[in-house]
Amino acid sequence: MFLHELLPAFLTGGLICALAQILIDKTNLTPARVVVLFVSLGVALTALGLYDAVVDFGGAGATVPIVGFGYALAKGVEKGVSLYGPTGILSGGVAATAAGIAAAVVFGWLAAVLSTPTAK
Amino acid sequence: MNMNMNKEAYLAYVKQVTPASPLGKDLFFSFLVGGAICTVGQLFSHFYLSMNLGRDAASTATSITMIFLGAALTALNLYDDLAKVGGAGTIIPITGFANSIVSPAMEFKSEGLVLGLAAKMFVVAGPVLVYGILTSSIYGLVLLLMQRL
Amino acid sequence: MLKRTGSVTLLEEGPLVLGSSAVGGKKEAEGPLGGCFDFLYSDPRAGQKSWEKAETAMQDKAVSLALKKSGLSASEVDLLLNGDLVNQCTPSCYTASKLGIPLAGLFGACSTAAESLGLGALLVESGALRTALCVTSSHFCTAERQFRTPLAYGAQRAPSAQWTVTGAGAFVLGQGGGRGVRLRAVCFGRPIDMGVTDASNMGAAMAPAACDTFSRFFTDSSRSPSDFDLILTGDLGQIGHRIVSERMEQLGLPLGDRYNDCGLMVYDLQRQDMHAGGSGCGCSAVVLAGDVLSRMRAGTFKNVLLAGTGALMSPMSLQQGDSIVGVAHLVWLSCE
Repeated sequence: MFLHELLPAFLTGGLICALAQILIDKTNLTPARVVVLFVSLGVALTALGLYDAVVDFGGAGATVPIVGFGYALAKGVEKGVSLYGPTGILSGGVAATAAGIAAAVVFGWLAAVLSTPTAK
Repeated sequence: MNMNMNKEAYLAYVKQVTPASPLGKDLFFSFLVGGAICTVGQLFSHFYLSMNLGRDAASTATSITMIFLGAALTALNLYDDLAKVGGAGTIIPITGFANSIVSPAMEFKSEGLVLGLAAKMFVVAGPVLVYGILTSSIYGLVLLLMQRL
Repeated sequence: MLKRTGSVTLLEEGPLVLGSSAVGGKKEAEGPLGGCFDFLYSDPRAGQKSWEKAETAMQDKAVSLALKKSGLSASEVDLLLNGDLVNQCTPSCYTASKLGIPLAGLFGACSTAAESLGLGALLVESGALRTALCVTSSHFCTAERQFRTPLAYGAQRAPSAQWTVTGAGAFVLGQGGGRGVRLRAVCFGRPIDMGVTDASNMGAAMAPAACDTFSRFFTDSSRSPSDFDLILTGDLGQIGHRIVSERMEQLGLPLGDRYNDCGLMVYDLQRQDMHAGGSGCGCSAVVLAGDVLSRMRAGTFKNVLLAGTGALMSPMSLQQGDSIVGVAHLVWLSCE
């Protein structure tokens, strides 16, 4: 399990994050912009058929980074278009990521209601 | 002004006297922390697959778990401490997406539950959804056109 | 008597600082000047519901302590000059509303402490006012949510970033004889835009304004840096301090070892992990009220210059990518 799952996940995830760190440190891109860039990159790499191999190798190391969110959106759109045609363009991506988005809203709301920020 | 320096020369001088971010250290910790968060994700993924959830469901369950962890660590005011070390290693994983949703919601709770907490929730994460959905919809359109042509 | 020479106004009598106070928070208590404060809050919320209300409470506290030391009651103060960094100077307005003193609100960003002292000194010296109360505050948490990111948001700070001081300073100015710290000259700053857009490098954005004000002051008042025991800038931090030191030397007015920056004094940069130093309206106010004035009264310093530095920007100008305008207002304090 270590060699076949955990190590590839660690290496893949670490590498993606280190690439983002280079962009943050070496360019004027703010972290928020880098995240937007990476999610779009995830869609583009999936569309070009390049990201499946990364997911096959890295597992969660490829899907947990925000690039993986782009991957899920793109895969969802592929499925949507093949099942429903034109409406799938708009329904596929959000359908595939709906659970994640809803989880963010629900957990986010709960967390914010229950907790207040503190000064360090 | 009487500093005998134009803007371009001043900005070049500022660049020279401003310390750069320690790239080597930042890279090491972003790799370590980002890799570690993904390894945790892999552990959950392994666990959900072993529960016979199926590949898609296990992947979804993993995302939900990681979002929950990111939200919980943010609510406990711990995620920013981790981010101080981890940098992009905490921003890029989906836990960072959760942090970017929870932190403004917490901060702007003082302006109320509707126009404060809820309205500010996606002030950082909203663009991720906007451009993610936009690019994937363009991809869908291209796919459809390719099918029909 | 006021005497205008070039861009400097000299005050012959010089209004007296009748009372002053410095109020701080936890980080300020842990810093090297921790023992100099009149009051320290261990709770960053100061028992209030919001950060903005906490900042108001800190201003309230600074005012009551300074008034007490001056021996005046609020009704004996002719004008309140105060300011802060929150939207439309919210804490300042609420502090003012409780005092019943006529208010002239100020926005000078982090230069507000020097700006209020300069204006107050001119008004008192001219006889327009008998007394003036000058108050300034900032709070790390109100500034973060206003200008940067939510507190719980995971972000790394750049090495050039500065830390907003949580605290308030108040000064009661009045006429009168006797020994004490007096304001001897005022030189208001010209806003200067050198094209710096990096909000994590405010020292570099404000340093040219400090150099401009210093050189105008020394030239127009026919004085040199060696006439002063201590020369301070408000909150330039490490990078701005270096730029001012180097540029003043190039201008033939080396400030030397007597030059320090309040942002470098208020925290222990290494131990407290403060990156380039302290900043904010409260920075120069608490360092002046808590540390410098008491050392002047003790005879350590006779003549002190403070150039309060401010970055005249807004969250909107930052988002639109505009450059940061700097300003520096100078006051000369002396205790003979």
